[in-house]
Amino acid sequence: MSAPVRENPVDKYLRKERMPSIWCPGCGIGTTVNCFTRALDASGFDLEKVAVVSGIGCTGRVAGYLKLDSFHTTHGRAIPFATGLKLARPDLNVVVYSGDGDLSAIGGNHLIHAARRNADLLVVCVNNFTYGMTGGQVTPTTPNPAIASTTPYGAYEQSFNLPHLVASCGGVFVARWTAYHVRQIAKTMGEALSKKGFRFIEIIAPCPTLYLRRNKLGEGLDEMKFYQEKSVVMNGADTREVGLDFRDEIPVGKFVDIERPTLEEAMEARLSKALGTKYVPYTSPGKA
Amino acid sequence: MSNASSPGVLTGSHYLDGDHACSEGAIAAGCRFAAGYPITPSTEVVERIAQRFPQVGGRFLQFEDELAASIALLGGAWGGAKALTVTSGPGFSLMMEHLGYAAITETPCVYVDVQRAGPSTGLPTQPAQGDMMQARFGSHGDYRIIALCPNSPQECFDLTVEAFNLAEEFRVPVLVMLDEVVGHMTEKVVIPSAERIPVTPRKFTKKTPGTFKLFEPAEGTLVPEMAMPGQGHRIHVTGLTHDERGYPAMTVAAQEKMQRRLFDKIVLNADRIVRWEEKHLDDAEVVVVSYGITSRIAEKAIQAARDQGVKVGSFRLITAWPFPEKQIIELSRKVKAFVVPELNMGQMMLEVERIAGGRCKTVGVPHVGGTVHNPEVILNAILEAVR
Ligand SMILES: Cc1ncc(C[n+]2csc(CCOP(=O)(O)OP(=O)(O)O)c2C)c(N)n1
Ligand code: SF4
Repeated sequence: MSAPVRENPVDKYLRKERMPSIWCPGCGIGTTVNCFTRALDASGFDLEKVAVVSGIGCTGRVAGYLKLDSFHTTHGRAIPFATGLKLARPDLNVVVYSGDGDLSAIGGNHLIHAARRNADLLVVCVNNFTYGMTGGQVTPTTPNPAIASTTPYGAYEQSFNLPHLVASCGGVFVARWTAYHVRQIAKTMGEALSKKGFRFIEIIAPCPTLYLRRNKLGEGLDEMKFYQEKSVVMNGADTREVGLDFRDEIPVGKFVDIERPTLEEAMEARLSKALGTKYVPYTSPGKA
Repeated sequence: MSNASSPGVLTGSHYLDGDHACSEGAIAAGCRFAAGYPITPSTEVVERIAQRFPQVGGRFLQFEDELAASIALLGGAWGGAKALTVTSGPGFSLMMEHLGYAAITETPCVYVDVQRAGPSTGLPTQPAQGDMMQARFGSHGDYRIIALCPNSPQECFDLTVEAFNLAEEFRVPVLVMLDEVVGHMTEKVVIPSAERIPVTPRKFTKKTPGTFKLFEPAEGTLVPEMAMPGQGHRIHVTGLTHDERGYPAMTVAAQEKMQRRLFDKIVLNADRIVRWEEKHLDDAEVVVVSYGITSRIAEKAIQAARDQGVKVGSFRLITAWPFPEKQIIELSRKVKAFVVPELNMGQMMLEVERIAGGRCKTVGVPHVGGTVHNPEVILNAILEAVR
C-alpha cells in the first residue's frame, strides 16, 4: 500500500488551479510566497480579512496565485490602490506585494507618500535588481556597475537604499532579508502582519533568467550560496549604513520598529477634535 | 432602486455653483469615498467634499497626484464604497490608464471632469470642452464608458446622482463632464427630499462562495453582480484579459468574450442610457446640436434665428457617450443641416457628421476655448446652413 499523499501546508493558500506559475526555475519570488503563506498560517488571522494588492511585473503576479481577495492593478500603483482599499475598508489587513521597479521607480512617488502618511499597509518588495517581466532592464536598485539590457556597459547611477528611503519617509517597520533566509522572512512577515502602519520588507531575490545570467553569476542556487556568505545580520542598524554594493556584503535584519499614529488614526483624531459631536465616523461597507 | 439616505441630503433650495452641486449630488447618491488631486477649475468639488464628508460619514483623501487618486478611487470602489474622483484636463490625461483599468475590471465609479482650455496646461481657469474625445478614446484599447454633460448647476446635482446610479447599474466608470463655466456659475439648485432621490445600491451577489463568478453576467443581463473583499468569495481582479472567474486568460477567445461584453453591455443598452433634450424639432430645417454651456449660448442664437423666421431646432446632448446615435440618424433624414457649436475645434461635430452619413450637411462652429461663443457666430452658422 502506498503512503497517503500529504497535502503541502501551503496549498490551501494558493489558487492551485492556476499552477504552475509563470515564474522561472530558480526564481526567488516563489520562495517569498511560500514564506508569506507560512506567516499567514502561523498568524491565525481570519483569511477573509486579508487582501493582497500587486502592481505589474513578475512579482506583480503574486496576487493572482494567492487564494485571498486579491488585486493585480497597474504598474506602480499598487500602493495607492491599497491605500484606497484600506481607507474604504478599515476592517481589512491589506498587503502590497510587488517588485523593486514597480514600487520604487514608477511607483516611487506613492511609496514615499504612503510611508510619510503612515498608510496602514504591509509592503513586501521583492528586489531582484532588475525589471524581470520586461526583460532585465536597469532599475533604481541595480547596483553600479551591474549589466542590464539597458545598461549594456554597466549601470552608473547611484542605486536606492530602499530601507533608508522608507525609514526616512516615516515607515514604522523596515526590514530586509534575502531569499536564503526563509525562516527569518516568515517570522518578520508574521510580525509585520500584526503591526499597524506603513511596514516595509525588502527581500533580495535571484532572477536567474536575466540578472544572474547577464552578469555571469551562475544559477539560482549559486546566488543562494552568495546570500549565505555575504549576508550580515544588523538588527537595529542605522538605515544609512545598509546600502548595497555590487557583490558586496548584504546587511539584513529588522532595522526599524517604531510606533506612530497611522493615516486613519491621525485622520480620525483630527476630525473628531475639530468637529466634536458633528463628526460622523466612517462605517466600513464590510460591517453591514 | 432605493432612496437616498436623508442625513447626507441637503434638501431645499440653494444657490450653488456647479462644482458644489456635484459634491452634493455625490453625497445624495451615497458616495462616501473620494480621492482627489487639486486642479483648477475642479477643485471646489473636493473642497466641499473635504468639508462635508466628515459630517456625513464619508472619507476623503487628497493624494500625491492624479495617478494615485484615480486608482485609490478604484481601491475604494472595490472596498465596497461608492467612490468619486475629480479633475480637469491635464489631470484627466493622467487618469487615463486607470479609466481603462476601471473599464476592464468593471469597477463602478464616477469621475467629474471640469474641462478647461488646452492642450497641455492651456488656460487653467477658462472654459473649454476639449476632453470629449479623450473621455471616449483616451485610454488605450477598446472599451465603452458613459459620459454625462450637465448645462447648469441643477443638472450638476441631478446628473451626478444619475452618474452613480448608472455606474452601479452597468458596472462601468461614468464621467460627469462639466466645462469651467458650468462648474463656476452659481444658480438656484433645488435638492429634493431624500425619499424623492432614487439611488441604485450596489448589487452585491447573494450567491455563496464557490458558486459565484465575479465576471459572469447575472441572469438575463450583460452585467455581473459585485462582491467585495471579506465576503468569502476570494475574488481576483486583474487588468489583464480574464475569464469569468477573473483569472488571466491569454487567449484570443477570452479576449473576444470579455471585450465583446464590455462593449455590448453599453452599446446594446444604449436606449436605456441615452438622454437628450430637444426643442422646436417638429418643423426644424436646421438643428443645433450642442452640450454643456454651449447649449445655453446656442439658445440665444436659435431664438434670434426663429425671430427671423428660420425653422431651427435644438438637440442637446445630455449623454455624450453613448452618443444618441438613433436620434441623430432619424433627424438626419428630415433636416437640411446640423450646426454643431462646441468649445473645441470640432470633436463631437465629427460624430454628428459620421452619423449623418451625408444625408444632410454638418456645419461645425469650432471655438478655441478660453471663453464662450458669441451667439452671433452661431446665428450666422445657422443662417448659412439653412441656405
Ligand atoms: C505604465 C506601464 N509602463 C511600463 C510597463 C511595462 N512593465 C511591465 S513589468 C515592468 C517592470 C517590472 O519590474 P519589477 O517591478 O522590478 O518586477 P519584476 O518583474 O522584476 O518582479 C515594466 C516596466 C507597464 N506594464 N505599464
Ligand atoms: S524573469 Fe526573473 S523575476 Fe521573472 S520569473 Fe523569471 S527569474 Fe523570476
